[in-house]
Amino acid sequence: MTRKKILALSALGMALLVVDPQFALAQESHVGKLSGHAAEGKQLYRRYCIGCHGPDGDSNGENAPWIDPKPRDFTAATFKCRSTPTGTLPTDEDLDHAIQRGFVTTNMPSWNPLTPQQRADLVAYVKTFSPRWKTEKPGTPINIPQETPATIESILHGRELFQKMECWKCHGPAGHGDGPSAATLTDSKDNPIRPYNFSTGSRFKCGETNQDLYRIFMTGVDGTPMPSFADAIQPKDAWDLVHFLRTLQALQTQEAALWKKYAADHATEIKPIGPDAGGQ
Amino acid sequence: MLRGFPIRTQALKWSLVNLLLVGAFLLVAMFGRGSTAEAAPLGNLRIRAIPAFARKYGLPCSACHTAWPELNNFGIVFRDNGYQLGNERDSPIWQNPSYFPITFRITPNWHRESTNNLAIDSVPGGGTGSTLVSGKVQQNGFDLSGMDLWSAGTLYKNISFQLLPSSDNTAAWHFESAWVRIDNIKNSSWLNIKAGKFEMDNLISEKRFLFLSGNGGLYQIYHYDVPGSSNDFGYGDNQLGVELAGHSKNSYTRYSVAVLSSNDGNVGFTSGSGLPSNRGYDVNLSFSQAFNGGTLGLQRVGAFAFVGQRPTYYETSSSGGAPVQLVGLGNKTFYRIGVSGDFFLKKLEILPLFMYGHDNAYLGAGVPSNTALPAGAQAPAFVGGFLESHYYVSPQLVFFGRFEKINVAQQAFVNLGFPSDYGNVTAYSVGYRWYPIMFSRAGLAWHNEYSIVRSNGFLPLSGNGAGLQVFNLANPVWSSSIMAGFDFDF
Repeated sequence: MTRKKILALSALGMALLVVDPQFALAQESHVGKLSGHAAEGKQLYRRYCIGCHGPDGDSNGENAPWIDPKPRDFTAATFKCRSTPTGTLPTDEDLDHAIQRGFVTTNMPSWNPLTPQQRADLVAYVKTFSPRWKTEKPGTPINIPQETPATIESILHGRELFQKMECWKCHGPAGHGDGPSAATLTDSKDNPIRPYNFSTGSRFKCGETNQDLYRIFMTGVDGTPMPSFADAIQPKDAWDLVHFLRTLQALQTQEAALWKKYAADHATEIKPIGPDAGGQ
Repeated sequence: MLRGFPIRTQALKWSLVNLLLVGAFLLVAMFGRGSTAEAAPLGNLRIRAIPAFARKYGLPCSACHTAWPELNNFGIVFRDNGYQLGNERDSPIWQNPSYFPITFRITPNWHRESTNNLAIDSVPGGGTGSTLVSGKVQQNGFDLSGMDLWSAGTLYKNISFQLLPSSDNTAAWHFESAWVRIDNIKNSSWLNIKAGKFEMDNLISEKRFLFLSGNGGLYQIYHYDVPGSSNDFGYGDNQLGVELAGHSKNSYTRYSVAVLSSNDGNVGFTSGSGLPSNRGYDVNLSFSQAFNGGTLGLQRVGAFAFVGQRPTYYETSSSGGAPVQLVGLGNKTFYRIGVSGDFFLKKLEILPLFMYGHDNAYLGAGVPSNTALPAGAQAPAFVGGFLESHYYVSPQLVFFGRFEKINVAQQAFVNLGFPSDYGNVTAYSVGYRWYPIMFSRAGLAWHNEYSIVRSNGFLPLSGNGAGLQVFNLANPVWSSSIMAGFDFDF
């Protein structure tokens, strides 16, 4: 075999390696001690996910036209729920948590019934849809400091921040998702999107704990108008905001009890939230 | 909707394989030998799937089913949670008002049934000179299965229901199941109460298995009673009663306790024979535990116990002349206990089941308990089970097979005069299902299956040969089925 033929065959082999879909299936994920494999995940994706997210992961599954909100477009590699800063790729654990938790009030159920290995395999396969996973590394997860005590002072300060940072413009003065800007909001694919209504349900799309809520402020919800406030507020302020938002939910929380008592005793002192209010 | 399927070429490849397999089945069928006579039709199909749920949630069939109708763990969790995904969109108030959770299912098919060792006339028509001789009864042709008209879902959050009018292939209808379930009582997945007619909480469900042929379309051991016993119980039959059940969040741990009328699920205070039922109650207990098998998949083991009672004679009234049976009396007990499993070795699923059954001697002898037992009567018992396996080539193609064995551990009579293996059963079934479409609106499967059963001295439980006599009780009865059809539901 001549040197030219060897080079030509080598080049052909490299080319096949690049275009071969199996190459993409070498993608792996690492969730805890588990290693997920895209080749295994492909079968699972076809079984569980293809109807909404589509065979190419571009959110054009057969059911997508009838789903609101729309399924995630994996080719964009833009994910709402992350532990990493806005604009960065999520960690494998983030994707695993999303699959495990599901997204409340959407068509995405909790896939907790799958085994951890199956979810890890799915994570690996989801990462084959976007070239970003080949060129970028996931962001570094943000640090969540220890939660400050949930006091009435913390709640009142959080309420001030809710006014000052104009959260009410989207989420509404009472957190019902009906602020003056709510009707105009669209996501990164120009689909209409509604702000979160705190008065319904007990869970957020990205979790249900105070830590989850803190994380949402600091990472933002990529692909939606909800920005990251990591550069705008200090950790203590963020915890105050968390404590206030808990009072907007129809839950019997510690924060809600504190606020209820305060509101009963100081009804005349509480200023409404909105365009004409200065805070409390 | 198959546009862009990543494995389009594989689907084409399997289409060709499927074609070859179909041809092989048909060749075997066409060149089979035997005299033609009446044969039992393909039984009322027992398997279930609900594309109405797929339509509601936009999930493909394969999300809830390993191969529909068999449930995978996601489907088990969905069912255990009262047909709810828990995404705050389960209640009917979130559905389009035109949405109606109903499913039609039927299987147009071609099948061949063959049974030997039957007493048939030596001269067709039974004229002069005709005697009863041992013969094979074989029939084949195009046919229909029974039909299911199934509705199930949520009446409200944490209130689920199911209603299943089902017909045989002559459109004679009955209620296969009808129940209401109060789910997650006190917000606990461990407390759910169901009342009505339902399938008992079997780890290996006969209502959701993959087999459709005449002889393969039932688990022999789920319907077996030692020949001669007056017991009409079938562990696979839907029962009437109330069930308390619970499960962990991921349904790895499950339990159920059911209190059931002692009539094998028959309505109107009657038993399977049409005679009045007694006033007794049966109890079924089941428990299962799943384990994470890592890369192999989920592994599940379970155990069950059923204790029941059946009447041996009846309160009667002769006011109108001939005695009329009013209420079953003289109850005698029987029980079934067993263990089962559901194991995955990646794409290979293995389903073993072992059961022991025991009937009171009066049930075994079929005599009233207010009389003395006949000489030699004893409590009949049997032991057996099956080993079933599925190989999932893909969510759209599954091969399956099953071996079943039942041995009579103790005959109903000492020195009955029959061989010691009288009443034993051996059965084999193989087949495959190919799902050319797999989406969230409907289900279609091309189904091929072959099954054969050896019943020592009695007619097969499939109903093949029903109404005829076994010619030689000392010899086995062989009954086989070949079936090919389109199994669809919408």
